[in-house]
Amino acid sequence: MRPRSAIYLASAALALAALTLAGSLPSDAADKIDPVADAKAFRKFFTDKFPKVKLEDFVNGPYSMNEDLYRQWQEKEQFPPYEFSLEMGKEMFSKPFKNGKTYADCFPNGGIGVRQNYPYFDEKEGKVITLELALNRCREANGEAPYSYVRDEMAALTAYMAFTSRGKPMDIKIPNDPRALAAYENGKEYFYTRRGQLNFSCATCHVQSPGERIRAEILAPALGIVNAMPIYRSEWSGMGTTSRRFTTCNSQIRGVPFSPQDDEYRNVEYYLSYVSNGLPISGPGARP
Amino acid sequence: MRIKMLRSVLSLVLLAAGPTYATAAGSEDDFKAAYAAAEAANKEAGSLRNQWTTTAATLAAAKKAADAGDFDKATASAKEAEALAKASIFQATSEKTRWKDMEIR
Amino acid sequence: MASSIRVRATSSGETTEVQALIQHPMDSGFVKDAKGEIIPAHFIQQLTFEYDGKNVFTADWGGGVSKDPYVKFAFKGGKKGDELKISWVDNKGATDTTTAKIQ
Repeated sequence: MRPRSAIYLASAALALAALTLAGSLPSDAADKIDPVADAKAFRKFFTDKFPKVKLEDFVNGPYSMNEDLYRQWQEKEQFPPYEFSLEMGKEMFSKPFKNGKTYADCFPNGGIGVRQNYPYFDEKEGKVITLELALNRCREANGEAPYSYVRDEMAALTAYMAFTSRGKPMDIKIPNDPRALAAYENGKEYFYTRRGQLNFSCATCHVQSPGERIRAEILAPALGIVNAMPIYRSEWSGMGTTSRRFTTCNSQIRGVPFSPQDDEYRNVEYYLSYVSNGLPISGPGARP
Repeated sequence: MRIKMLRSVLSLVLLAAGPTYATAAGSEDDFKAAYAAAEAANKEAGSLRNQWTTTAATLAAAKKAADAGDFDKATASAKEAEALAKASIFQATSEKTRWKDMEIR
Repeated sequence: MASSIRVRATSSGETTEVQALIQHPMDSGFVKDAKGEIIPAHFIQQLTFEYDGKNVFTADWGGGVSKDPYVKFAFKGGKKGDELKISWVDNKGATDTTTAKIQ
């Protein structure tokens, strides 16, 4: 049999198998989007799975999953590796643009202590706005070139803004707007959808296997996972943004990443942040 | 349980779609046809927002072999790339409903 | 310009524990940049901690040490209020030095 026909046949067989399996699923037409119920179930899943971990400790990712790692991390927090990037971020944040304005002019409360409100749903635009996106829009509105979403400058800026919100509970709002609910649901779908040749979803690692190892790393639980962003990763020898993490994770599972801040990424950040509401901001974080 | 089944079936497809060789000596025309088919499939995967990095890498390998004049190898790589692209299409379409199985409820 | 060396030294009476974080690229000389060109080697070759005129800790480093290195060690002795001097020299001949009071 010629190879191509074999592939078609196999695909058809699979499609048929998938259909017969899907036929036994309950109808989803009646499912309402209920973020409140989702968040409750999400939190319960992780607290049930790790009864000894305090709720607020989930934001420490792998450190909440392994005592030895936790001890080493606590020691390093006395001289955190992200200190230099944080300082740079503070300097950058207060430096005026060429037109004399500053980042403070673009954000509520001058951008201090507001990180826990991002992402938010912009009802005028009908889309999710993340902190990184807001920062670049601020730059462009003031005649400056936008920063790359995956490099040091954006990482330093978001590190500083996160630092000013340390300890504050994540506080994401979903307005009673079908577009906001759709964005939230789209983010949730992205989170659970398997992709890449390795056929992993975000959930494969962070829901099915937190605390377990993938190669030499210990996996973080999905609950509170964005609360520590941006993170100084020893692997990166530097501070990296949420965008960087989303895109590099995609390529690690052999999926071609989207462009940073594409809708799917904004929406998954929205979803993950919302289901982690109430947990403290711990950023900028340090990770192996 | 369903997930395990599907995973093993999916990996069977990927294995079945492994390197294959043309029964006759590969010609440039064979390569061009195979490459076009692979590119088209990968483009469709792109429209589904689900391309694999290995598809692009295999396409590049196919082109490289063709440029060096090795059309046997080039055609084989192109067919492998098409299989990868088709698998990524299957993944995208099946995951549209399958994702709910993973959801915490 | 701010020093590249952050240091904290705490005396427990018998021993003094020292932690230091140093800002330095620590380029090994084996990594290529986006254009495919080698980033030249640029790393600290020697790091010294001096107390009471004597070296209490010397590190001879090569390109295998990561960027922004963190060091932690303890030495016998050291009194609260005394000074600890830290210096480094890199392969380009650049240096930095700082002093810290033992807490």
